Order: sequence, then structure tokens, then C-alpha cells
Amino acid sequence: MSETKKMIIFRVRKFDPAHDAAPAWKTFQIPFTKGMTVLDGLHTIKQTQDPGLAWRYSCRMGVCGSCAMLINCKPTLACNTQVSAVSEKEICVAALPNFNTVRDLVPDLTPLFEKHQAVKPFILREDKTEMDNPTGEYEQTPHELEAYLQFSYCIRCGACMAACPTFATDRDYPGPMPLAQAYRYSSDTRDGGFDERMKAVDRSSGVFSCHFGSECSAACPKGVDPAKAIQLMKRRLVWDYLRLLKKKKPCDLIHGERATGRRDNIPEAPEYTIPQK
Amino acid sequence: MRHSRLWTWHIIAGIIILTLLGLHMLIMHLEALTPKALNPAGGEAVDWANVVARGKMVFFMITYILLLGAALYHGLYGLNTIVGELNIRPGLKRCCAAVLTLMGVGLFILGSWAAVAARTAAMKM
Repeated sequence: MSETKKMIIFRVRKFDPAHDAAPAWKTFQIPFTKGMTVLDGLHTIKQTQDPGLAWRYSCRMGVCGSCAMLINCKPTLACNTQVSAVSEKEICVAALPNFNTVRDLVPDLTPLFEKHQAVKPFILREDKTEMDNPTGEYEQTPHELEAYLQFSYCIRCGACMAACPTFATDRDYPGPMPLAQAYRYSSDTRDGGFDERMKAVDRSSGVFSCHFGSECSAACPKGVDPAKAIQLMKRRLVWDYLRLLKKKKPCDLIHGERATGRRDNIPEAPEYTIPQK
Repeated sequence: MRHSRLWTWHIIAGIIILTLLGLHMLIMHLEALTPKALNPAGGEAVDWANVVARGKMVFFMITYILLLGAALYHGLYGLNTIVGELNIRPGLKRCCAAVLTLMGVGLFILGSWAAVAARTAAMKM
């Protein structure tokens, strides 16, 4: 007795800027298997029907953020999306909107990383010696950690940027991911770079351009709420302007009995593989 | 320029508008609750005697000017934000901002003059 395999249709938007004048949709029919993700489907297409199909991926488990794409009109991770959860019949896959396309499903994320870099997404402190050669740990309570923890789960996949209606019309706008990261570092008690970081966001086409549509939060595959971070950032800036913001010094190293030096079992960082400026 | 300054005043202007519109509702539409000082002639708020009495008060002249300033700032800032999101050239954006600012200042001067002139006229009655 022969078993009829269930088939599923993948409609993929293909585009090679070097050769094509405009993107075109191509339809593929592949066998559906239980537990199949969209990323698995793309692999099957590449192996059996279109070896030239291009997309970006790495970890296959929702950690690296490389495989973000538009799946049935929703920006999300292909590795994290079960085919059965999206559609029983047809899956439409396209590159992330709001970015240029390098090829097929590969978006050019250069603007995302440039905007991310502009908000200085790292701890800024005056004690440079301690930062370069740490001698201990900075004191931070679990409650203080809670203030920014969820924003640190961001994997920079770009799904929020693709969903943002403001970023779609204003290319000067930083976008939800960089703004959420600016808030994440500014609300970290170890950080002292609020004023420096605000120069990048407190401007025309900056944080105040957010319309609070919350599409970014709905799109985030990691459950981060960038819209909330942006609203908290606005509030913080208003408080700062009204001089109502209690500015605290960045937390100090742990002193006394609880002070711990660097543990012996922490290996040294490897040598740089590229020359440092 | 710090944009938070413009945004903060936008919010403050909104609060002023809400407060003064609340006062307008109280005086004009909830006469039973209105303090006697705001409708000194008694009766309906729109009676000529009450209109003239309110017109003589410095308090009302100040609230008219305050409401005018808040409404102009709130509305024109919002309009400037909409213009800024139209993807126009930066030069044109700055030009629009300058035109809106001049328009706001001009209307504020004209409106303030009207509020002062109305009180002056009421004082002669």
C-alpha cells in the first residue's frame, strides 16, 4: 500500500540585484514532514529544486538571529518557525523589508549595525583602567538586573526593524533595536554613559519619532519589548530635562568580605585575530 | 538640539490645553458647579452681563493668552513632526520648520493683542 505524502507550497521571493530588474515570486512544492521548520523547508528546496537559492543562517536554534525573514507577512526567525504553525498549505517567504536585499532572502543589515554602533551599546565608565584590566566584580543587585534583563535578550536579528512603520518611512530614525539597546545600557547600574548615549537618540528623527505602534514588540522572536524600552527612554529624557531624574554614580566594585578577585579558572581571552586600531 | 526639550513642552502644552478646556466646560456648560466669581451676574454663563464681567477680569485675559500659546505650540509642533515624516529634503524640512515657527509667533502676537484689546474694550463698558 503506497502512502501519499502531504505536500506544502513554498512561494519564495527571489531577487538578484546584479541581474534582475525587480523581485519575482517562485513557487516550490516540497513534502511536508512533522516538526519541519521554514528553515528546513528552504534547505529541502535548495537540495532538490533550486541550488542557487540564497539565505543567511547559522545556529538553527533561535540564538544567532541570522535567519530572520518575512514569513507569511510576519518578520520572524525561519529556524524558530514551524511550518505547521504558519499554514497547512502555502508559505510565503521574502527577505526582511526596510532593508536592501543582497540576494533572494538575504537582507543588507549594514544600517542596523551602524545604528546599533551609534548608540554605544556597551558599558561606559570613567575608570578605564578597571575596564581594561578588571580586578573584581561590580556590585549589582538582582532587582537592578531586572530593570534591563529582558532587553539584553535581543539577538539583533532585525525583525523589529523590519516591522517598524517609522523606520519604513524615516531612514534617519535609529529603529527599535538600537533604541532598546540604548535604554538597556543606560539603565544598567554599572554604566555611566547616559549623557553620551543620549546624543545619539535625543535629536530630530530620534527616540521621539516613535509612534508607539508596538509592531516591534509583536514581531520580536525572543519576547523582548522594544516599544516599552523606547517609552521608558522618552520618560527618562523628559525627567532629565525637567531635572527630576535622580542621577546615580555607576556602581562600584564589590568591597569587603564579599569582594572576589578574578577566578583562577577563567581562561585568558585569545589573541586578536584581526589587527586592532 | 535636545529634542526632549521640545517634546517636554509639547506634553506641558497638552496638559495646559486639557486643564483650560476643563475650566471652559465648567464655566460654560456646568453652571450649577461654577463658582460665583466666574459668573458674577448670575444666571446663564452666556448672558451679556456675565460675558462683560469675565471680559474685565485679568484672569481670563491671561487664560486666553495661555490657551492660545499652548494650542499654537502643541498644534504646530505636531504639524512640524508630520512634515518631518514626509521624507522631504533636509533643507525643505528646515524651511517648513522656520515657516511654522514664524506663523506661530505671528498668530500668538495677533491673538494676544486681541485678548488685551477685548479686555480694554470691556473695561470701557
